[in-house]
Amino acid sequence: MKGTVGFQAASRAIQQSSPDEMKRKLPRGSLRWRYLKQQIFFTVVRLSALIISLSLGGLILYITVQGLPAINWDFLTLPPTDSMTKGGIMPAILGTLYLTIGAIAVALPLGVASAVYLAEYAKQGRFIRLVRIGINCLAGVPSVVFGLFGLGFFVVFLQFGSCILSGALTLGVLILPTIIGASEEALKAVPQTFREASLALGVSKWRTIYKIVLPLALPGILTGSILGIGRAAGETAPIMFTAAAFFTAKLPSSIFDEVMALPYHIYVLATAGTQIELTRPLQFGTVLVLVGVVLGIDLVAIVIRSNMRRRKRW
Amino acid sequence: MTRQQKEIIIKGLFAIVAFVSVMILTLIVVFLFREGIPIFREVGLSDFLFGREWYPTYDPPSYGIWPLIIGSFIVTIFACLIAVPLGILSAVYISEIAPPAVREIMKSIIELLAGLPSVVLGFFGMVIVAPWLQETFDLPTGLNIVNASVILALMAVPTISSISEDAIYAVPQEFKEASYALGATKFETIVRVIMPAAFSGISTAVILGMARAIGETMVVLMVAGGAASIPESIFDSVRPMPASIAAEMGEAPFGSGHYHALFATGIVLFFLTLVFNLIADYISHKFKEVGSATL
Amino acid sequence: MDDNHIIELNGVNFFYGDFMAISDVTMAFEKNRVTALIGPSGCGKSTLLRLLNRMNDLITGTRIEGEILFDGKDIYAPEVDPVDVRRRIGMVFQKPNPFPKSIFNNITYAPKLAGITGRSDLEYLVEESLKQAVLWDEVKDILDRSAMTLSGGQQQRLCIARALAMKPDVLLMDEPTSALDPISTAKIEELIGELEKNLAIIIVTHNMQQAARVSSKTGFLYLGRLIEYNVTEKIFTNPDMKQTEDYITGRFG
Repeated sequence: MKGTVGFQAASRAIQQSSPDEMKRKLPRGSLRWRYLKQQIFFTVVRLSALIISLSLGGLILYITVQGLPAINWDFLTLPPTDSMTKGGIMPAILGTLYLTIGAIAVALPLGVASAVYLAEYAKQGRFIRLVRIGINCLAGVPSVVFGLFGLGFFVVFLQFGSCILSGALTLGVLILPTIIGASEEALKAVPQTFREASLALGVSKWRTIYKIVLPLALPGILTGSILGIGRAAGETAPIMFTAAAFFTAKLPSSIFDEVMALPYHIYVLATAGTQIELTRPLQFGTVLVLVGVVLGIDLVAIVIRSNMRRRKRW
Repeated sequence: MTRQQKEIIIKGLFAIVAFVSVMILTLIVVFLFREGIPIFREVGLSDFLFGREWYPTYDPPSYGIWPLIIGSFIVTIFACLIAVPLGILSAVYISEIAPPAVREIMKSIIELLAGLPSVVLGFFGMVIVAPWLQETFDLPTGLNIVNASVILALMAVPTISSISEDAIYAVPQEFKEASYALGATKFETIVRVIMPAAFSGISTAVILGMARAIGETMVVLMVAGGAASIPESIFDSVRPMPASIAAEMGEAPFGSGHYHALFATGIVLFFLTLVFNLIADYISHKFKEVGSATL
Repeated sequence: MDDNHIIELNGVNFFYGDFMAISDVTMAFEKNRVTALIGPSGCGKSTLLRLLNRMNDLITGTRIEGEILFDGKDIYAPEVDPVDVRRRIGMVFQKPNPFPKSIFNNITYAPKLAGITGRSDLEYLVEESLKQAVLWDEVKDILDRSAMTLSGGQQQRLCIARALAMKPDVLLMDEPTSALDPISTAKIEELIGELEKNLAIIIVTHNMQQAARVSSKTGFLYLGRLIEYNVTEKIFTNPDMKQTEDYITGRFG
């Protein structure tokens, strides 16, 4: 709180010097009380920020401390043994890698191309607005619903069965709305004057998009996509009934094989194993690997974006 | 081929891809219904929604998801009681109070929290929160409403915080200047000018945060306890809809009543989140129109 | 300090980071007078105005040297609270900026914060302020309507009424008519003439006719310096400085 006494004293002295003035003055309510309220409010606000920071920090610290002892070369390169009470998590790492790469291979081209159409080509009318609301809403649909869709469509209807292909496609569909949304936003952020300048030079619309708009929107598209990858790598519910295996000793030989995956492996070890307490170290190790992978991916996106903001000149 | 023809072909290709994307997303609704509707040959809509007994594997089975709906709403509401103040206040901190350097760090923290896989948070609830609850309150199990709500709140905070922050950021500088020039303190300016002006954006944030919490699966699957009955205390176990779907889909024989009932539960969940999202879209759109017309 | 002076500046320098926006300004503003500040864009006249109620405090990386005395007390002294300063020195901005609240609540915003809670007191204050701002007759039946529904000119007069409700000793006006049409501008100029009887007004304007019409003293600023400060009539008819003459006759880049 700042001291205000001196100033108030001065103003009071002047008020007293002319009684007429005083009548038309407002009562100068106690600033001290107003600042006390501010102080209390700011304390609560800072406390909220602190609680959130400590939750994340504490969680990551705890996972690191508990998980680090479990991690060694064998843990990362061997399959689980002895009914998953010993050994490593290599098949799960590999499975998550396959599923994530598959998902992004599906969603990135589809998503970016769709965004280009929506932002650059489509006539902005009621229908496109409806499409946009639809895509927006789908971005908020629970992941387990996407899992149901994957089960009903890819696994059962198209008869792919529970396999890498079904899981990757399901995850791809899951992150598709996110990628379309992020890409469209990035495209829209490119100032109209750049397009006009290029078109006015007699350059065709497609070449304008390809040479001017897309390169300028690329960092934004990348950020959105990488966050999508992070999400795909960490999701459990969509792959539970479309791809993930409880346990497979052998590595997948084709995209029609089931795989283990890191998130599902954590769930299985923590809830369904025969010896949940005994395998805690393995669980913590797997959690640490997953958190490392996902937050690592997210950090890349955050760094790209902050670089982009710093370099942005329009 | 002339340049014009080439342009038309390129535009056509993009249109096709966009169409495919929209089709795929439409298929989600189609297949949910295709697999979910058959349950209503066995049980009426109101019996399904309001039936108090969820015994899908009994003979004869009963498919009443009312306890699951209640479970979902209870954990969502309790989660929001924690997440709404935390989310909004942290947004105020980021946009109005924090020094610039701290602001960037805080934004990254919110983003990383949003990126944490839900299975990890569920795991955390199982190994840390559950034993603590069990010991502190002397409970039969630490997997209950309180546990699920606390963990769900952590998942909803980033959504609420980041969208609220955007809304607060969008409040015109002129309002703030007017308030300061009239001799208001920072606190008074925040509470009486900025927050009311950002109200619709903050409402949107809260609704989307709720949508996030109600649809979250792994957390409630791992820490809500799984009892498909209507709870009597906040330390009771519940079985929210997503948990039920995720836990039982593996055992439900393909094409059985149970299988269809789980898809139908998915439809309910889908519509709930759809309604939340549409309300949020409506509020934010309305806000935009008012904003540009009068400011 | 001269009894007639309400605000005095002594050797004021002001910096945005390394950029010196105001250099060595010394001048005094009189009670119950309208003082105009004129000068080309970027000359620092708005910056100078915002120094008087410490609005520039809101911009990070700024620094002030010298002293600004208000009622004989340096408003930049460490123990002085800017909130207290702003309660006695009101401000009207270039763009009308009513809050998205009702007309009534716009006016009562600051008095309520200052501790006036009685309904009848507030109603009296609203009526008095709106009458002073010559807006009462236009809005007395729609006090509950959003201020955003008013026209630009009405909004600006509402902002003036809002500032007057605090019973300030000084009213700062930062190009208050630049966003308004000629009729609204005339109304506000007339209003300024009325208000002069009760308080000191300092107005920044790039409209020289306006300065000539409403003010009794005028200061000409150029590149952050006060080039000339004198009775308005003298400035516009027989300025001492060549730069002033160039500016008022329009021979200025």
